[in-house]
Amino acid sequence: MSAVRRRPKLLRNLNAKFAAMPMILTTLVVFVGGTIWTVVYSFTNSKLLPRLNFVGFAQYERLWNTGRWETSIHNLLLYGVFALVFTITIGFLLAVLLDQKIRFEDAFRTILLYPFALSFIVTGLVWQWLLNPNLGIQNAVRSLGWESFSFDPLYTPKIVMFGILIGGLWQGTGFIMCVMLAGLRGVDEEIWKASRVDGIPAWKTYIFVVIPMMRPVFITSLVLVASGIIKLYDLVVAMTSGGPGGSSEVPAKYVYDYMFTAQNLGQGLAASTMMLASVIIILIPWAYLEFGGRKRG
Amino acid sequence: MANASTNIAAAGPRGPKPRRAISGRNIMIYGTLGLVALYYALPLYVMIVTSLKGMPEVRLGHIFAPPVEITFQPWVKAWAQACTGLNCDGLSRGFWNSVRILIPSVVISIAVASVNGYALVNWKFKGSETFFTILIFGSFIPYQVMLYPIVILLREMGIYGTLGGLVMVHTIFGMPILTLLFRNYFTSVPEELFKAARVDGAGFWGIYFRIMLPMSMPIFVVAIILQVTGIWNDFLFGVVFTKPDLYPMTVQLNNIVNSVQGVKEYNVNMAATMITGLVPLTVYFISGKLFVRGIAAGAVKG
Amino acid sequence: MKLTTKLLAASAIVSASAAMATDLEVTHWWTSGGEAAAVAELAKAFDASGDHWIDGAIAGSGGVARPIMISRITGGDPMGATQFNHGQQALELVQAGLMQDLSEVADAGHWRDFINPINLLDACTVDGKVYCAPVNIHSPEWLWLNNHVYENLGLPVPQNWDEFVASAPQVRAAGIVPLALGDQPWQSSLAFGAMQVAIAGIDAWRAVNVDHNMDVAAGPEFAKVFQAAADARELAVGSNVGDWNLATNLVITGQAAGQIMGDWARGEFAVANQVAGVDYSCLPGLGNPDVWLSTGGDAFYFPKLNDADKTAAQMRLAALLVSPEVQVAFNLKKGSLPIRGDVDLSAADVCMQKGLSALAEGHMVPGGDMVWTPDTQTQVGDLMVEFWKSDMTAEDAQARWVAILQND
Repeated sequence: MSAVRRRPKLLRNLNAKFAAMPMILTTLVVFVGGTIWTVVYSFTNSKLLPRLNFVGFAQYERLWNTGRWETSIHNLLLYGVFALVFTITIGFLLAVLLDQKIRFEDAFRTILLYPFALSFIVTGLVWQWLLNPNLGIQNAVRSLGWESFSFDPLYTPKIVMFGILIGGLWQGTGFIMCVMLAGLRGVDEEIWKASRVDGIPAWKTYIFVVIPMMRPVFITSLVLVASGIIKLYDLVVAMTSGGPGGSSEVPAKYVYDYMFTAQNLGQGLAASTMMLASVIIILIPWAYLEFGGRKRG
Repeated sequence: MANASTNIAAAGPRGPKPRRAISGRNIMIYGTLGLVALYYALPLYVMIVTSLKGMPEVRLGHIFAPPVEITFQPWVKAWAQACTGLNCDGLSRGFWNSVRILIPSVVISIAVASVNGYALVNWKFKGSETFFTILIFGSFIPYQVMLYPIVILLREMGIYGTLGGLVMVHTIFGMPILTLLFRNYFTSVPEELFKAARVDGAGFWGIYFRIMLPMSMPIFVVAIILQVTGIWNDFLFGVVFTKPDLYPMTVQLNNIVNSVQGVKEYNVNMAATMITGLVPLTVYFISGKLFVRGIAAGAVKG
Repeated sequence: MKLTTKLLAASAIVSASAAMATDLEVTHWWTSGGEAAAVAELAKAFDASGDHWIDGAIAGSGGVARPIMISRITGGDPMGATQFNHGQQALELVQAGLMQDLSEVADAGHWRDFINPINLLDACTVDGKVYCAPVNIHSPEWLWLNNHVYENLGLPVPQNWDEFVASAPQVRAAGIVPLALGDQPWQSSLAFGAMQVAIAGIDAWRAVNVDHNMDVAAGPEFAKVFQAAADARELAVGSNVGDWNLATNLVITGQAAGQIMGDWARGEFAVANQVAGVDYSCLPGLGNPDVWLSTGGDAFYFPKLNDADKTAAQMRLAALLVSPEVQVAFNLKKGSLPIRGDVDLSAADVCMQKGLSALAEGHMVPGGDMVWTPDTQTQVGDLMVEFWKSDMTAEDAQARWVAILQND
């Protein structure tokens, strides 16, 4: 920003600073304050109510000696990689298809988006049915004559996370598609005209011109999907409650179960501190790339 | 709905390639979309047929079979008769509460976040990037972890248990993602526009209302979709930060669907979910009209 | 327009009733048909006494309802009364001084004279003061069997756990799952808990659960329990269900032969028009002739309020909850046992009578919520759910179990 008029430093951009007050307060009080609170109490032996009874790293030692926590981390990584790649790719491709001046765009968009409107509780129930070997897809295919067909991801510990992924993609890709669509609609028409005049094929225009222009949109999608993955909780509870045999446990569920059901606040907060720490480790390099190098605007 | 899309199409071919009625390309596009739509619609089909069956039929377990005898009783029951505790008036009990919560929460959270995004892109001040980074960090914090600090905050502010407190909570937790959405959209708006307006003497709010707002309808649609869905389906905040006379509809939905002991009435559960989902769906449909191509382009030329 | 009218109407109703009586908001997680009918009895009695019950039902016990109740109480805007499983769940809220002391009501009503078993009242007592009103007893240690499954196979209906295990191969050969087990931690824990009392015997059970004797926990009696659990694990292969009532439904429909579940399973059989003794059998204590049942159950706690009228109403509600009339009306609907020994329950069915006779003999042990912290119970639940769905050996499971109990 080049300063158009000269004013004392603090008073410059006064309107903008005033308008940003809610954001400044939220970040400082809620997010920074809440994080500090979380970290501080993770070093205590608080049970149901927060108490400042410091026990050093005891909660962390216990955490890293718990099989369930290790399973949770492993599951989250597995789910996270696949969910990220699939949601972004499918979301973008669907948005491109919808952006082809097609008829019934509204209808298609709504069909792809409607799962996003439904409560997780019943989403879980329906997918439980569809993936139940005795009721759902496996049964339907077998009754068509393919007797050896087997499809029961929710009941097989090794692949249960993929069963949850099926439900997760169904619920989440529609929204990412909308974000991508908004990005595509923001692309200047002149660019399409120019590339047509130059005889560049559409797919090349997408890869070399449109996608680089949509970098902010992709970052938005990335954060949306990634934050959803870290917070993955409701879907697991609704589809498997962490089963079979604890093989689909995830970190957010560990945090919540220990905070309230087990009434061991210190343990729950230690787990959530680990989650927040890993987010920071990923975010700092990103922030550096985004703001550290070149300055735009 | 078909009207809107034909109107756009009638505005002239502006897509990557000229439009022909039947072509290999069109067959591929519609074929792919049709197949994908089938995958998305299969669970909906199961939900609808289940919600139209009586319980004896549901118990048979043929989830793909169409209902032998169609009954709308599960829908009636879900809306007006299902008991949650002592109150046997179904989802209708919390409907208006949900609306009362939804409207201020959606409007305020989107207004605040869009101004944030605008300030972050066009009116950077010292430290604004740090605040933004913290905000992104905030989007990764599980809500459950923040329950205690927020309870304490609202208690100290004296708004615990009020509608205002709940609206504030929704605004706070909607802020990270929404601000990101708007900030990243506004970065792609050509800067010349903004500079030209400054030269014309427009100020912070003038540029926001006259240039940024009209140019960013698609992203407002996305924000509305996100917030309407999130707030309408919210259960945890609604139930923790208010009292029974303000409980949103999702409390009834949870009670109908999540009853642990007793017989599960799957048909009523499915009907209740679809009824609850109808409001966000309607909003998607209506706001989808704002999803029109070429607004940005038009503004550039204008 | 419509909204305004509705709101006006609603507030008019509220203010009209407030003028006559004291409103008390009561939160609980009883939302299914039978449960709601039972709560209605409480509300009816409370309303009849001149006050007004405002119902705050939140379905889903542990994960859903409890965080809400705890937040409301710590947020300084609590409800008038709230359900908890009595024992250690609400202990810290009591210690933090957030709960109303009910000693006055308990003394005046001579609760100590009629509450049976008395450990229900002890579980409500902290530092000599009473903080909750127990309302019912639920016992988890029951084996439910489908009689027709055995009749069709030409087998006698098992009368105890050993017979049940012995008959299992024939049941399995007929394509029927011998033991239905839902895949949720609490169900695995429940099945394991039932085996503890039935197989290790009452003395060993007491040594571990009451006296926290870790030598016994690591000893041969409990090795037998883990071995039995490992057997049961084989019997449960093929029951792909989550919720407990779906598992019960497998038994009712003959897809499974039996299920270990609490006395509340009776409600499912009743709804399906099954007759006890004819269509199904119930074996308390898994059929061990020396029946011991643990006494879990529900109780109401009363958060402190700054309103003298409401506090008085809380006291009236507490006294009402344990009164004989309310106890009978509530427990007949709920299917649980009353907390007092001096009421007439001739309307109870065969299975309920079996539970009552164990109660009459004093064969009651404290429930898990009373003897272990929620933290320990959660960890045992995690262990059990892993054990039931993996090939962990009985010895490993026992060693890990002892390690968890040691840290309680």
